[in-house]
Amino acid sequence: MNKQIFHDTAQDLSFKPNWFFNRFLIYGVLIIWAFICLFPIYWTITTTFKAAPDVMKGNIVPWWDFTPKWLGLKSLGLSPNTIFVENTVREEFLKRFWNSTIIAFSSSTIAVALGSCTAYGLSRFSYRFGFMRNSDISFFFLSQLILPPVVLALPFLVLYKELALLDTRIGLIALYTLTVLPIVIWIMRDQFGSIPVELEEAALVDGLSLWKAFGTIILPIALPGIIAAFIISLVLTWNEYFFAALLTSSHAKTLPVMVASQTGSQGIAWWSMAALSFAAILPLVIIGIILEKFIIKGMAAGAVK
Amino acid sequence: MSASEGNYLHIVMPDQISDTRRNFGRFIIWGSAVLLILTVLLQSLDQSNFLSFGFENWRPTLYAYLFWAFSLCLGQVILYGEQGKRRLFILPAVLFVISVVIFPLIFALGIAFSSWNLSSPDGRQFNGLANVYQMWSDPFYWNALKNMIYYTLAILFEYIIAFSLALLLNTQIRARKFFRVAFLMPLMLSPVAVSWMIGKSMLEARFGPISRLARELGWENPSFFGSHEMARAVIMMMDAWTFIPLMMIMILAGLQAIPKEMHEAADVDGAPPWKKFWEITFPLMLPVSITAILIRIIFKLKLADIIINVTSGGPGGATDSVTSFIFREYRDRSNVGYGTFLAIFYLIIIVILMTILIKIADKWMRPRY
Repeated sequence: MNKQIFHDTAQDLSFKPNWFFNRFLIYGVLIIWAFICLFPIYWTITTTFKAAPDVMKGNIVPWWDFTPKWLGLKSLGLSPNTIFVENTVREEFLKRFWNSTIIAFSSSTIAVALGSCTAYGLSRFSYRFGFMRNSDISFFFLSQLILPPVVLALPFLVLYKELALLDTRIGLIALYTLTVLPIVIWIMRDQFGSIPVELEEAALVDGLSLWKAFGTIILPIALPGIIAAFIISLVLTWNEYFFAALLTSSHAKTLPVMVASQTGSQGIAWWSMAALSFAAILPLVIIGIILEKFIIKGMAAGAVK
Repeated sequence: MSASEGNYLHIVMPDQISDTRRNFGRFIIWGSAVLLILTVLLQSLDQSNFLSFGFENWRPTLYAYLFWAFSLCLGQVILYGEQGKRRLFILPAVLFVISVVIFPLIFALGIAFSSWNLSSPDGRQFNGLANVYQMWSDPFYWNALKNMIYYTLAILFEYIIAFSLALLLNTQIRARKFFRVAFLMPLMLSPVAVSWMIGKSMLEARFGPISRLARELGWENPSFFGSHEMARAVIMMMDAWTFIPLMMIMILAGLQAIPKEMHEAADVDGAPPWKKFWEITFPLMLPVSITAILIRIIFKLKLADIIINVTSGGPGGATDSVTSFIFREYRDRSNVGYGTFLAIFYLIIIVILMTILIKIADKWMRPRY
């Protein structure tokens, strides 16, 4: 009488422990990898506040095995008791920081402006420059991505010397714009491709001019893509070291060059290097946390058709 | 308009353009072009000491070029009306890229076959094929090229890690946003800062936390940049650390685009997980994977910042990439000619290999359902 119609197979019965084991494994791996990703950042932040003995003893947890001191920020002239005092290191640091900011922002802005227009044009109109059609022009732009910076570096060194653009911000901005332009076009082409042409057709029928339709209708829709492209350009240009190391010497030196030039000379004064490195990564860490969505969107563009 | 491959906007009406307007447009373009040519001529004469106008640098030519580029853009609209406005969308970018890539590349070809020490007063000296012979017998350059092969092969491991992480992130987990942000972080950091944070401090032989850990685990005298293989492996790992997020996110995007029904159907059929992966997920992910790997290769070929700052190519050139080698070559001897030749040679190799790779990838890209 007590006969069951549905039986739990052995596979079903073993499901529960398996599930817990799986969960455990997944979270274990995820947490280990998160640790690998975050520990260097944590290490840099804490080292900023360590004195030499703490560094040598390898203390890691603040307040527990060492008392934080303002050493790192003091060496940059940014600690509470030095912030209002005249300080040459801080002057230097702020100048480099400001250079990096200006160069990164202006080159990203120019690249996004040029790139968006180009991507829009390529996705909407058919061009013919000699033998080149749209797909050839697209390829022409995207192929710039393959070009290693070292090929351009030395010719630019000579050219900039002749043009008196060596060690100027404008010179770096032009080069940085070039390096991020293909990426912007790549992202924006994807973005404009997903917007239906009928929108502009309707706008044009209603009497808007081409540029007005582009500015008032298409750009606002493409805004997420534009932000994504802008932020990725910002990350790449802020971190760029190679061109900056070759083409700047004193006036237009950027933050990465300053960080690199300090590495040799400091000995065991780790706190000051840590403070400098930390200052160099902080803006992007903040951007990464707040705007993570856009960065992911930008990087995923083109991966999925 | 038979060549319309996509979904294009088409012109409704041709513009009525008067003759005066057309002439004016032509005048602007050709006028500024003549101005540009004149400036170049004058400056070249000045440079070769035929005449002396007292130019300090080539700035006037730059301004003349900018003026010509601007007139060319303006002229398009004046000459062709609506059609010209469309050209205006891509013309500035085309001009920009040509002037900062194609022109310097041609210029680079000129430098490549000369000996040019920037700090010596002799200036450029054409030396024919001397750079070729020098490269041929330069063991360090070939060594750097060989290292690039190793570095590129390391992408395979990066790909496996990135794929596994993407698979994990794609499962039902809590705090997904936290993990995503945490995993993304390394990509945001400046390579120069990373070289200090990891290469110089965490891997420092006496006090660095990683060496300390290695000592705990029984390695007597941890030195990460002592032997050739070790140093190369450490550089690979640091580079992998920064760039795994890029691949991971591309693959994650691909994973999320796989329709749920596929997995449901496989579940109904009772497919075990590993079979589900090999028969469904992996084949479907092939196009995305190839794109991710290609992009990663492109970035890998530019690898330099970390090497310049951590090992500067040492020990004995074991970690040199081509870029860092040329960088040092220039820093040590400030010979632009030889460095440029090496770079051009590298570019040629890259272009050939990438073309082959893309051709092969194109074949594989077509998803096989």
